[in-house]
Formats: sequence, structure tokens, C-alpha cells
Amino acid sequence: MSTQSSRLAARVMVAPSVLLLFIWMVVPLAMTLYYSFRLYRLISPDRTGWVGFTNYLWFINAPEFWLAMGNTLALVGGVLAITVTLGILIALLIDQPVKGQGVLRILVIAPFFVMPPVAASILENLFMHPQNGLFAAVSMSFGAQPILFLQDYPMWSVIAIVSWEWLPFATLILLTSLQSLSSEQLEAAEMDGASALNRFRFIILPHMMRAITVVILIQTIFLLGIFGEIFTTTQGGPGSASTTLPYMIFKQAIAAKDIGRAAAGGIIAVILANIVAYFLMRGIGRHLDT
Amino acid sequence: MGKITLKHVNKSFGDVAVIPDINLTIENGEFVVFVGPSGCGKSTLLRLIAGLEDVSAGRIEIDGTDATHLPPAKRGLAMVFQSYALYPHMSVRKNIAFPLKMAGMSEAEQEKKVQNAARILNLTNYLDRRPGQLSGGQRQRVAIGRAIVREPAAFLFDEPLSNLDAALRVSMRQEITELHQSLKTTMIYVTHDQVEAMTMADKIVVLNAGNIEQVGSPLELYHHPANVFVAGFIGSPKMNLIGGAEAAKHNAATIGVRPEHIDIGEGGPWTGTVGLSEHLGSDTFLKVEVDNIGTLNVRASGEVTLRHGDRITLAPQAGRLHRFGADGKALA
Repeated sequence: MSTQSSRLAARVMVAPSVLLLFIWMVVPLAMTLYYSFRLYRLISPDRTGWVGFTNYLWFINAPEFWLAMGNTLALVGGVLAITVTLGILIALLIDQPVKGQGVLRILVIAPFFVMPPVAASILENLFMHPQNGLFAAVSMSFGAQPILFLQDYPMWSVIAIVSWEWLPFATLILLTSLQSLSSEQLEAAEMDGASALNRFRFIILPHMMRAITVVILIQTIFLLGIFGEIFTTTQGGPGSASTTLPYMIFKQAIAAKDIGRAAAGGIIAVILANIVAYFLMRGIGRHLDT
Repeated sequence: MGKITLKHVNKSFGDVAVIPDINLTIENGEFVVFVGPSGCGKSTLLRLIAGLEDVSAGRIEIDGTDATHLPPAKRGLAMVFQSYALYPHMSVRKNIAFPLKMAGMSEAEQEKKVQNAARILNLTNYLDRRPGQLSGGQRQRVAIGRAIVREPAAFLFDEPLSNLDAALRVSMRQEITELHQSLKTTMIYVTHDQVEAMTMADKIVVLNAGNIEQVGSPLELYHHPANVFVAGFIGSPKMNLIGGAEAAKHNAATIGVRPEHIDIGEGGPWTGTVGLSEHLGSDTFLKVEVDNIGTLNVRASGEVTLRHGDRITLAPQAGRLHRFGADGKALA
């Protein structure tokens, strides 16, 4: 299937969708770029004009900017660490032959189908709530004061909530990878004298590296833009303790109604995403080959 | 040393007894081939010896000590799998060194053993490649290399040549036989291919439905099959098995005569019509529709030029006839 004419035909056939996707990507990006250099406030829409880098400078000099950057990276890093580690462990566990395996797997995957704001509300009100929450009840049964999760550990709470949502995704991908490992390889390693821990380290983990990379790359894309969970729980607070870059942009666009500054924030987020993507691909991208 | 003894070994999966009761002794240095049709339990038997499956009952002894409940790694056996089971993310060098690394051997020592194995198996130029970059035969050799560096008491081969093409199969068959002659280590080899069994084995174990039908040297099995199953399984093309009135003439329930032990010529007791004839150059295989008996396979010399529809007379060679009783066992 690689004659000159078939290759040409293939290019012609995919051209419309490539074009559509290109427009789909380029138009919003161009508009964001355009607005980021404009004075454009919804409160005073009559005052317009080019303002150069003013919007960017305001954004970078905003008191919570670096905190928000750090929080965004902490959120991505924290959730990745938790979901990948626990995902591997749970995948190993539910790969074992047990009765009711099918039902068990559906239960494990179920949290992924809960909408993010709903998931956040459930965890906030049923688990982390200082009066009604399960954790509070556990604390009090030991005679301890309930922990004020959202107040004292806002960022950790958000990370925990997002991890709970994304853990099933990681588990599912890692489980399928685990199931594709040939049992003969494990048996060969067993005959070669590898202990269970060594089999995991030298056979299972290298086999799963590709799936782990896929999980990290896909999750990073989604985690960089996490918003709903913060909006429904901490609202970026207390103060701006749990404000992330997307939440900061939201505050400029919706609360302050400053489209110009929000657009500048959007472009900064795009740059951040590209930097993260660059390091990810350099660090683990090689596992996608072969 | 590598003497392996199986005593009343039984393996059941649920209610299904895959191996009802097997007793077998494999002497040190022997090349033993387990052969049988697919599903006869030969791979299961090998996995029981390897320790990859637990026996349901019975005892496995390696060099006189009980190994029934030892984990695979402690049995001192090395196995070559049908799929080779190489570690795809490791180089050939690391694959071969893996069992040494697991045994905690020093890097220098590992390298020495790997180089030695690579030299024996002609892999020296491929040590830095990944398994994915090797051909089937080379992968096979890496799998064997990984087995020999451990200097095991015995090698276990699970249909190792079934993924190779015909020409490579023949050359790998010879390489494994030569390896056995130079290492003089016990080898247990599982196959469904009776040609492999005949050409490689010191001792063939014919298995059927989890039972040993016969144990013996290749020629013993060829000349003196103990029962109808072995008679039909060993030898290519298959032995002709004839029942009914013709067998009764020889006081047997079934008689067997090999295709190469039938002469074509005047004065024979059987007359028939030539059906299919396959000319291989060196030999000619004929399918002859014999009156009142049925189809017989006949092996004739390459010069025979009989064609479809020719009428011929056949005579079994005297003393080459096998007689079997109603229970399928050979009659003296």
C-alpha cells in the first residue's frame, strides 16, 4: 500500500480533516494572542486599544502568580505520583484471579464516570467535611479534633480529590498493559531465579513503562487545566493558597471581567504546557518508541 | 548431575486428570524426548518437572533428593520456551546474563560466562542487540544461551523449534543435538513432531492422554512398537493398520505393516488400484486402494513410475508384520 498514487490518495483523503483540525486549533490561539495585547474589559467595553505587554506584566507581577505556578505544578506532579504509584499497585492486585473479577474491575473504574464537580462535592461534603465527613468521624472516634482539610491543607485536598478521580484511568491503562505481558516471560524469569520483587523490577515494570508514559502524558494534558474541582471546593482559597494558573485566569476573565489579562494568562499557560511537554518528552518520551 | 525420577506423578485440573499416573526415570546425560499428539499432557509433564505447575500427587526427585515442592529456581533446571520468552527490553547480553545477575554473580564473572556462551552459540556479534532485532533462529539461540550459562542439572525444551521454518528447524535440530553431545547434560525435549523425536532422542517417551504408551530408543520404537498407538504414531509415512478378516488370518485383531515394508510385484497376496502417487525423487509414496482391505500407504523407490488407475500386486515383507491383540497391545 505504498505506491506513489496510493500515498497521494491517502494525503488527499486526510487533507480535509487535517485542515479542519488546524483551523480548530489556530483560530482560538490567534484570538487569544490578539486579545492578550489589547485593552479589553467587559466593564468598560468602549475603552480599547493596543497595550503592548502590559497585560503580561500585570499577570506576572500579580502577587499570587508564582504561587499559582507552583500550585499548578504541584497539582500535576502530586496527582501523577499518586495515580501512577497506586495505579500500578491496584492493577497488580486486580490482575490476580479472584471470583467476581469483572464486577471488581467495574467498581474500580467507576469513579472515572463521576463528573469532576460532583466528585469534588462528594469528597468535600461526605469525606472531608469537619462535621459530616467520614474522616472527621474517624478522627473524633479516636478522640482527636477533626482535620480542617480545605482550610489547613487546601492544595493537598485538591490533589487528593483529583487523584481519586484519575486513579481509575491510570489503573485501567496499566491493567491492560499488565495483561499483555506474556506469562512465559514471567515463568522464564522465575526459572532464572528472580524473586517476586525482582520479577516486578526487571520484567513487569519495564514492560509497563510504555503504558506509564501514556498515562503520564495524557494525565498531564488534563491536569494542567484542572478547574472544576477547585471551583466547587476551595474557590482558590483560603486567600490564594490553592489558586492555580487556570483558576487565576478564570478570576480575571469572569470575576474581574478583564479579557485582555485573562488572554495573557492563557498564553502563559500555553507556554507552561509546552515547557512541561518538552521536559516530559525528553524524560520519558523514548518509551513510546519500538 | 541430572537424574530425574518421577514416581506416581498425578496432575489434575479440577476433575480432569491430565496426567493420571506416571512413573519415569531419566538417567543423567540422556536426551529424552516426550512426544505425543497435542493435548496428550507432554507440556504439562515438562512444566511439572520444571516446577511451574504443582503436582496433585506423587513425587519428583532430582539427583535422588525430593524436589516435589521446591520452587522452580531451586531445582537447578533451565527451560527454553516455545515463544523463547526473551526479555524484550534487555539486550542479548543482559538476557543471557539475567540468571547470573539474579544469582548475585559479579559483573566480571557474568561477562566471562556470557562471552563463553555467545561463542558456543555464534552470538558474539549480536550481544548488544535487542531480541526484536534478531531472526527466529538467533532468538532461539539466545534462549538456549540464557539456559546454558546457568550450568543446569538438566535442560527442558518446550517445543522450541515449532516457530521456525522448515530449513531452520533442521539446522537448529542438529545444533541442539551437537550441544547435547558437547555438554553431556541431561535434556528433556517436548515435541509433537515424531521426526524431531526420532532424530534427536536417546530415549523417546510416547505419551497419549496423559499416559506413557512406550519408552525406548528410537529404533526400538520403530521396530517393536508396544501397541497400536505407538505403531501409528512413530514412523513417517504412517504404518498401515489393517483389521478385520485380513488380520484374523494372522491370528490378530489388528495387523500393521509399514509403507517401506511392502513390495510391489507379482505373486503378492493383495491386489489394488493406485490412487495418489507422490514422486519425491528419492522415493515415491503411493496410496493404493487394495481390494477388500482399504487404502494402504506404500513407499517405493524413486524410479517407480506407476500412475493413477494402474493395477498392482502388493506383498508385505516376511517378518516385518506387526500383530496386535484386541486390547491394542503387541502380540509376541
